[in-house]
Amino acid sequence: MTATLTLPTVESALRAEDAVLDVTVAAGDGFLGRVPAGGSFRIVDLHGNQAADTLFYDADDVTNRYSAMDTIREQRAAYLTAGSRLLSQDGDPLVTITADTCGRHDTLGGACAQESNVVRYGMHTRHQHACRETFLRYGAPAGIGARELGHNVNFFMNVPLTPDGGLSFADGLSAPGRYVEVRAERDVLVLISNCPQLNNPCNGWDPTPIRLLGWTA
Amino acid sequence: MTALLEHDVPGGAHWSLLLRAGRVLRLTALDDGAVCSTLLFAAGDPVDRLNVPDTLKAQMSARIRPPMVLMSDRGAALASVTGSSLDWHDCLTGHSLDGHVAEFGPTSYGTDRNDWRRSARSGLLSELRKHGRGPADLHACVNFFAKVAIGADGDLAHVPDHARAGDWVSLRAEQDLLVVLSTAPHPMSTAWAPGAVRAEVEAGAPYGPDDPSVTFRPESARALANAQAVLA
Repeated sequence: MTATLTLPTVESALRAEDAVLDVTVAAGDGFLGRVPAGGSFRIVDLHGNQAADTLFYDADDVTNRYSAMDTIREQRAAYLTAGSRLLSQDGDPLVTITADTCGRHDTLGGACAQESNVVRYGMHTRHQHACRETFLRYGAPAGIGARELGHNVNFFMNVPLTPDGGLSFADGLSAPGRYVEVRAERDVLVLISNCPQLNNPCNGWDPTPIRLLGWTA
Repeated sequence: MTALLEHDVPGGAHWSLLLRAGRVLRLTALDDGAVCSTLLFAAGDPVDRLNVPDTLKAQMSARIRPPMVLMSDRGAALASVTGSSLDWHDCLTGHSLDGHVAEFGPTSYGTDRNDWRRSARSGLLSELRKHGRGPADLHACVNFFAKVAIGADGDLAHVPDHARAGDWVSLRAEQDLLVVLSTAPHPMSTAWAPGAVRAEVEAGAPYGPDDPSVTFRPESARALANAQAVLA
């Protein structure tokens, strides 16, 4: 069914050879970085169908963090795509999606955790690696602890909603090389967990690396 | 059942209570269009709180309805929705900020006394601070009595007056809870018409393996089991 979706895509004019940041995040690893106001930040799904669980923070106040609910309410739409302004819980724009060759991204599915894996899949998954572990490990140097973890973006993940109030995790809409790019509307911190989930299709059952590129204004 | 506690929260106000495990909190809309933006915390844990995305994905739902289990960051049940006259309570669109309320014109205590218009954010933060908490403790709320319809393409549209006076929802506490709520209008509401909500706490009763929240889904049952194991 999802294969018939035609989603708008927007290419970026920025070139990889001009990037000031170019790193690859291994499967199941994480990233914390600062994007200055006006700078651009791209996440490339190198192998396709890899969920990049992402949180944004006002670099000067980690309490003023990305808010999924404020973002989707103000844009009156549940999915993120090019043009989406990602808002903080105080209603401040943190980043705007300026390019997107995937077409649609989830922000209602949350991140996996060892504890929620138990709920979803059973006690045998309690000690499997999970996004919340990565968020806490990489967030700590910036003062981001459990209280500062809000509800994240799942770039490249497909969580369709239905008019009767249903929600499910579906096969991804992404493919190798597709990317999403944001422009920082103020100095922001980007915290990423390259999702290690093995128990559902969000990573195509095989977590893979992502590439991160950054440009100054 | 006789209520152990009964309290009417006026429209546009905020309130909190500590709810003992096993007890039932019944919320009733006293006016058409009432909304109750609600945050939930594990009272015995400094950081554990409601996680709406985890609650939704575990139960394959984009709305709150009986007999869903409201789950925490730690994968433990906080409360079970044991009943409701409505089959849809919004949990996708957050609560009102000062900017939403400003659209209805200037207001202050000085001019409007206790009818001044305050956002849900303002009220929720007031209650959180009374409990030694603050902005870092905010999380996606449940907007009991509100509905935001989901279109085929994921577009979101507020449904005014989803609740009528008399509509209700009951929540069974699955561990000791801090419940923080605001009765300010929904943030997508185009009018300032706050409705009052009655809160009643009832003694509740032990539940068994045939409880609707236990049998709803394996995920719901596991979250309830996790709540039983919070204090080993």
